Amino acid sequence: MTLPEQVSTYAADIDNMFHLIMWITGIIFVIVEAILLFFLIKYRHREGRQAHYTHGNNRVEVVWTIVPALICVVLALLSRHLWEDIKEHMPHDAVEIHVTGEQFAWNFRYPGPDGKFDTADDILTLNQLHFPVGKPVVVTLTSKDVIHSFFLPEFRVKQDLVPGMKTRIWFEANRVGHWELACAELCGLGHYRMKGFVTVDTAEDYQKWLAEQAAAQASEQPKTAEAPAAPAAQPPAAAEPATQGGNS
Amino acid sequence: MSTVARPLEAPHHGVHAAPTSFWRKYIFSLDHKVIGRQYLFYALFMLIIGGLLAGLVRWQLAWPGKPIGFMGKLVPEGMPGGVMLPEFYNSLFTMHATIMIFFAIMPILIGAFGNFVVPLQIGARDMAFPKLNMMSFWVAVPAAVIIIWSFFVTGGAAGGGWTSYAPLSAIAPRGQTLWLIALLFLGLSSLLTSVNFITTIINMRAPGMTFFRLPLTTWALFITAILLLLALPVLSAALIMLLFDRILGTTFFLPAGMVVSGQPWPNAGGGQVLLWQHLFWFFGHPEVYIMILPAMGITSEILPVFSRKPIFGYRAMAYSIMGIAGLGFIVWGHHMFQSGMNPILGTTFMISTMVIAVPSAIKTFNWLGTLWGGNIHFTTPMLNALSFVAMFVIGGLSGIFMASTPVDIFIHDTYFIVGHIHYVLFGGSLFGAFAGLYFWYPKMFGRMMNETWGKIHWAITFVCFNLVFFPMHFLGMRGMQRRIYDYTQYTHLKGLQPINQFMTIALFVLGAAQLILVFNFFLSMRRGKPAGPNPWHANTLEWYAASPPPHENFSRIPTVYRGPYEYSVPGHGSDYWPQTDAGGAGPAAHGHA
Repeated sequence: MTLPEQVSTYAADIDNMFHLIMWITGIIFVIVEAILLFFLIKYRHREGRQAHYTHGNNRVEVVWTIVPALICVVLALLSRHLWEDIKEHMPHDAVEIHVTGEQFAWNFRYPGPDGKFDTADDILTLNQLHFPVGKPVVVTLTSKDVIHSFFLPEFRVKQDLVPGMKTRIWFEANRVGHWELACAELCGLGHYRMKGFVTVDTAEDYQKWLAEQAAAQASEQPKTAEAPAAPAAQPPAAAEPATQGGNS
Repeated sequence: MSTVARPLEAPHHGVHAAPTSFWRKYIFSLDHKVIGRQYLFYALFMLIIGGLLAGLVRWQLAWPGKPIGFMGKLVPEGMPGGVMLPEFYNSLFTMHATIMIFFAIMPILIGAFGNFVVPLQIGARDMAFPKLNMMSFWVAVPAAVIIIWSFFVTGGAAGGGWTSYAPLSAIAPRGQTLWLIALLFLGLSSLLTSVNFITTIINMRAPGMTFFRLPLTTWALFITAILLLLALPVLSAALIMLLFDRILGTTFFLPAGMVVSGQPWPNAGGGQVLLWQHLFWFFGHPEVYIMILPAMGITSEILPVFSRKPIFGYRAMAYSIMGIAGLGFIVWGHHMFQSGMNPILGTTFMISTMVIAVPSAIKTFNWLGTLWGGNIHFTTPMLNALSFVAMFVIGGLSGIFMASTPVDIFIHDTYFIVGHIHYVLFGGSLFGAFAGLYFWYPKMFGRMMNETWGKIHWAITFVCFNLVFFPMHFLGMRGMQRRIYDYTQYTHLKGLQPINQFMTIALFVLGAAQLILVFNFFLSMRRGKPAGPNPWHANTLEWYAASPPPHENFSRIPTVYRGPYEYSVPGHGSDYWPQTDAGGAGPAAHGHA
């Protein structure tokens, strides 16, 4: 069994960390279980056998305290950098998309031709997420009702959508194609079918798609599924949710 | 801690008179041994229920939507025509986890073994507060009734997962309210138990039973009781807050602007969604240790007995229990790395989580050290205790993956987590419970369980356990989410059906093998070989009492002369040296520093 294909720029880094931990724990696992089996065979009861009387040995105990501690500290330090890059540092000059989860659908909002969110020309889609290849994408996540989780397995992306909170994450696709967006946080009876469709376009195709959407929306304004609920989903100004993740 | 414990004074003799009526003797008993056995039956019954629920969950995962005829008649609302509905599936895994964690594992380890073994191991006549003890069991009974009843109310049983994340749990149908009430009952029950254990262990040790002569089972239960005392009030507070959000219109967990199914939620505003997770996991992570520490204690008890060798590093074992307990309170955020919690906070929780692996590693190495140079007898309790060690290694190591924040991004909320938790709670806690059951059964019921059937039960359980749960790591690596009714909806998960079918079949064999245990358990009560007081030739005080021990346990409170694990002492006649044996100067029986 292998991990899924790597479609984001940091997927390989996450997988390397996964494989590093798999090697380290795998080796520890084999050694420990082998010693266990060896002892069970070697020291099994036989007539006249006398167990070795000992209460332990301080020196070996210190060793087997310090060695695992060092391994864990090194793993933590290595993980820390990667985590910072993925979840703390938001890239500049990124494609911005707003995602609002609801039972059991994904609402995507693009700023439209004026480049600003929450204006009349915003592009709204339901369960259809498009973004360009080779350019960082920053999504701002929130939810109307319960917690959902934005899970792109091939991108190694996962982030919960929390009602009353806005969370920003980024990713960058390294190839064009079609993938699926899954909800990873139990959100009710339709959780299993809360699926979105992801299309990674070339830069030109992405612009073309945006233009098509804008044109379609201009011609049939109020039809979109998200539009009526959108104002209600915005919390009153007094309760403006704090934005987590990303200092940029 | 070298002071000799206060001896049980004469006035304490006869904490309560021996009961004569059936009701006082078997139902509303004050005797810790009866209460322990009551908890045992309670836990084993709930274990079976929880296992059956798991069977239904796995059926759906192997053959999504395939009808089970008779279930259509049994639960027509959840499975019309035998076809499982998604909301019923959600109830099934929610109740499976809830029942296994709160109604099976905790009662068997703490309620059954804790109650039965602790007073015996410390040389007391009963718990410090026998009436409180009775009450803690009888408060747990309505909890079980309510949780089973909740399956039959409108909307079915709670379906928000055993973690019941708000706000889903705040807006869920009525079953969720019953879930909250049942857990509040259980919380009270555990709190009463913990106060009782702590008081008993501190105050009622026999003469000579210093803290560092306590058997490690008692040590583990002592620390577990402290964890319960500190963690449960936080859970209870959170449960009450959620209950208020549901029925009194408060908004602890309901933020402004919530819109459910297109309608603004009536009492939303001002709440914090993540507050529930912080409160829940502040309890929930220590809870994991509440379920594993007693099993570690049982393993540490059984390994020396059947290796005929002192435990390796007694003090290190006791200190590492304390270390795990202390660190257990500062790692809760590792359940929330992807929740939207500030990622910088995630890093601090990653570091504390990595550190908590260390005391667990120490324990594992000390168990190996105990086996080294031993004289190992493969009895059924020993085989189960060894399985604990072998499986806990896997559960512990797989935890490192999710401790690493970036790796957790991918595996969080996937079957990798489900695999991990089952290696800890089934591979760990439940094998520990089986080990304890086979080990203390002769003390509890006066007769031996059948060894041959015990070994067959162990072998099938061990093999099938791995066949069911190891592949879960692979499912997680392919990105299969947990708590998902029909993964075949996703293109990238469709190919996982054969492996899911294989796991389900293995689970059915695993479940069927438990019938062997059930038969062995009941038949041995009548037909088992009489055990005698000390069938395993063990050192600790429970083996000094008769099997089963009489009311008030000991005809004379024993005096303790040495540590609990003096096996194969050179120059001593036999290969064990009971704690009660005054003979000879003996070794410096304190372990080493």
